[in-house]
Amino acid sequence: MGRQRQLILTIAAAVVAVAIGVVLSYVIHWFPVQASTQAHNTDRLFHVLVDASIPIFVLVVTVVLYCAWQFRMKPGEELKDGPPIHGNTRLEVVWTTIPAVILLALVSYSFVILHDNEKKPAREIHVGVTGQQFAWSFQYPPSVTGGAPVESDQLYLPEGESVQFALHSKDVIHAFWIPAFRLQEDVVPGITVKYRATPDRLGTYPIVCNLLCGLGHSLMRATVHVVPRAQFQQWLKSHAGATVAGGSSSGATTSTTAAAAG
Amino acid sequence: MAARLRAPGFYRAGWMMAFGVAFATGLTWVVRMSTGHSTFKHFIDGEAILTVSLIAVPLLFLVGIGGFDYWFYWAAGRKTRAEDHSSHGARSWKDYFRINTDHKVIGVQYTVSSFFFLLVGGLIAMLMRAELAAPGAQFVDANTYNGLFSVHASLLIFLFVIPVFAGLGNFVIPLMIGAPDMAFPRLNALSFWLLPVAGALMLGSFFAPGGAFADGWTAYAPLSTNAPVGQTFFALGVQFAGASSIMTALNFLVTIITMRAPGMSFFRMPLLVWANFATSLLVVIATPFIAASQFFVLLDRALGFNFFNAAKGGDVLMYQHVFWFYSHPAVYIMMLPGFGIISEVLAVKARKPIFGYRMMAFSLLAIVALGFTVWAHHMFTSGMASWIRIPMAVTTAIIAVPTGIKIFSWLATLWRGVLHLDTAMLFALGFLTTFTLGGISGVMLAMIPFDIHVSATYFIVAHIHYVLFGGSLMTIFAGVYYWFPKMTGRMYDERLGKWHFWTTFVLFNLTFGPMHILGLQGMPRRVEDYASKFADLNLFISIASFALGLSTLIFLYNMVTSWRGGPIAASNPWRGMTLEWQVSSPPPIFNFDKLPTVVGGPYEYGVPGAVHGTFAPTPTPATVGAGSGVARAPSE
Repeated sequence: MGRQRQLILTIAAAVVAVAIGVVLSYVIHWFPVQASTQAHNTDRLFHVLVDASIPIFVLVVTVVLYCAWQFRMKPGEELKDGPPIHGNTRLEVVWTTIPAVILLALVSYSFVILHDNEKKPAREIHVGVTGQQFAWSFQYPPSVTGGAPVESDQLYLPEGESVQFALHSKDVIHAFWIPAFRLQEDVVPGITVKYRATPDRLGTYPIVCNLLCGLGHSLMRATVHVVPRAQFQQWLKSHAGATVAGGSSSGATTSTTAAAAG
Repeated sequence: MAARLRAPGFYRAGWMMAFGVAFATGLTWVVRMSTGHSTFKHFIDGEAILTVSLIAVPLLFLVGIGGFDYWFYWAAGRKTRAEDHSSHGARSWKDYFRINTDHKVIGVQYTVSSFFFLLVGGLIAMLMRAELAAPGAQFVDANTYNGLFSVHASLLIFLFVIPVFAGLGNFVIPLMIGAPDMAFPRLNALSFWLLPVAGALMLGSFFAPGGAFADGWTAYAPLSTNAPVGQTFFALGVQFAGASSIMTALNFLVTIITMRAPGMSFFRMPLLVWANFATSLLVVIATPFIAASQFFVLLDRALGFNFFNAAKGGDVLMYQHVFWFYSHPAVYIMMLPGFGIISEVLAVKARKPIFGYRMMAFSLLAIVALGFTVWAHHMFTSGMASWIRIPMAVTTAIIAVPTGIKIFSWLATLWRGVLHLDTAMLFALGFLTTFTLGGISGVMLAMIPFDIHVSATYFIVAHIHYVLFGGSLMTIFAGVYYWFPKMTGRMYDERLGKWHFWTTFVLFNLTFGPMHILGLQGMPRRVEDYASKFADLNLFISIASFALGLSTLIFLYNMVTSWRGGPIAASNPWRGMTLEWQVSSPPPIFNFDKLPTVVGGPYEYGVPGAVHGTFAPTPTPATVGAGSGVARAPSE
């Protein structure tokens, strides 16, 4: 029968489409550069998710197109009805169970990645982050500086060391997002929110406020500099005792368009 | 003239609204005096007067047009006007601009006014895309831009998607279950008139001092509690839209439970009725939560309650929990009725029974139950206790299972059918593909490490538009084309309809597809300025979005000209089995001149000799006589 050939043809086309989709998913540059160990993990999760999604999407589109091609009403069929198929319990169990298993597997895998991204390392440095309309400032406690605390509107981090940010807000909610790290958390007035990152690539990357915080929201930017340990120490020393005047937004506008280096 | 000023209508509403402003001025004056302000100095406080007016004026408008007349007369012990059904039906266009208790008129009022808000919301979106066509400032400043996207989302959620489904449901549900009207026709009329009020408040905020509300439709505290007075327009607009939603949902529930025709058991109901039953459960349970969240904001703003002021012991995160406890179920409120429409269209246009009808009904109920267990997935990066993320991620992944069941059942319904690829069917098939993509990105967002990166970025903007535009709006278009003959008595132009589908489908994907990449690349949402590396994609998106906006003109032209002068529609142009197709187009004033009796399932296509409902005399002539007697009485 012709229909069998067309079915085989369709399945072949779907397999090709899946293959093209998977290849494309690795060719397209979805993300900015990876500048933290967490970024590597999260991007891997993304690719697993995309690879799992492509066959499902192709399946749905293929069935729709095949039906529109093969089962469309032909002249003379204006009053014809399809076969009265009311259901098939076995099929329904299959398409309930298989997606449930796939979804639980994916969400379990995401918990593994989450655990890796957030687990407490042997040693880490602590940096305070303060958000206010519309600027960021960063606090280095004595445990990091080895002397007096340092405050700056620039974020310097040593390469390869885990850092725990403690986020504070002076007014409304902000979100402290470093796209190159694939990490963000909200900066909430009244509570301290914490998260960890391990920068692993030298360079400067944008810091973006990612929760609407008022008129200057789109200008609330800063830059993170990932530098070698020695340079980090030197920078701290040169800023010993420095503080940021409240409300200063220097550095916020200049780095609006700062693209990730490299 | 005096009679006009006393009779329900716009004249009475006019002077009552003026009275409302006077009342607000007087009340705030008295309160300010009693709390120590000088009688004649500083006695006027603009924001206080405005806030009280925004409550009093809309309520008095509703009183003025007659939304409460019957109940007032009854409560006062005065003679109520006997229901002579004189307010049923529409004889001229003017009948659509007054309180009308006919569910078919209300359905049209709902649908048409919702589409008005779709056009306004769409135009606002095009303004936003014009601003975003290039980095830097183009046309509007940050405050205006923030107002534009806030009003855009609020209009399209509260005044388009939710009410347009209520409108289509209003028209179709009583017809489908064999009822002469809704259970509470007066409540139905009032619930419609709350909508223009909500719309006027939201659009009116553009004229408020300080501009429109500009904190997004999410209105997160404490930004919203300290915002200019435009925010009050949102907090109160949501109350009116929410009250409308709840009233209609109650009406749907009571109508579906108590007014089904003889023989119409729950498992003989068309899936559109099931879908609206499930949606109404969501609405009555969830909507009070957004009402509460906005009342809290209002009390914080107007009276210094400090619910969300951390410095005074308030809890900032509590706002988000209460808000999302409504606003996640709201996603299903905006989708389940569309699922119902797709089931109707696919069964009729594929000429096959719905595959797995019972599982389709059960999966709706599963979505209702699970829909209340996932809200904090909007808060994975909010700073809430981190363990909450784990169960919420699991439930968010699992809720995709009942949705998947529906997609696969629809595909199986197509299989070996006889597909009539007309406009409604094309929108239904298009929906299957775009909604699947929106569902897939939704599953991806359940994965916490990935969500942490893309939360509040353009990836989210892409996802919600694939769900609400590629999902809800596609089903709405399918439904409007499908029931257009029944609602208007005219046929639409099929060729223009197909043009409308193809332009919408292609341009929709060109507009919103690239937004996924922008978000992954690091572009935040809700910004009027962005880094130059995002410029090319944004320009592309803006151009596509303008074309998408223009494609709506095809739809408008088709609807207007077809309604005015399209070919007269037969009673059953699609050869559907459900009851609404067994009466004339448009239906008689009380829907059924003879009481229908349901004898089988709604989708028995291909079963020889099968019928869903009959109008043959039933064995009890007394009931038939009574039923048809009531129905016939008012028509001349």
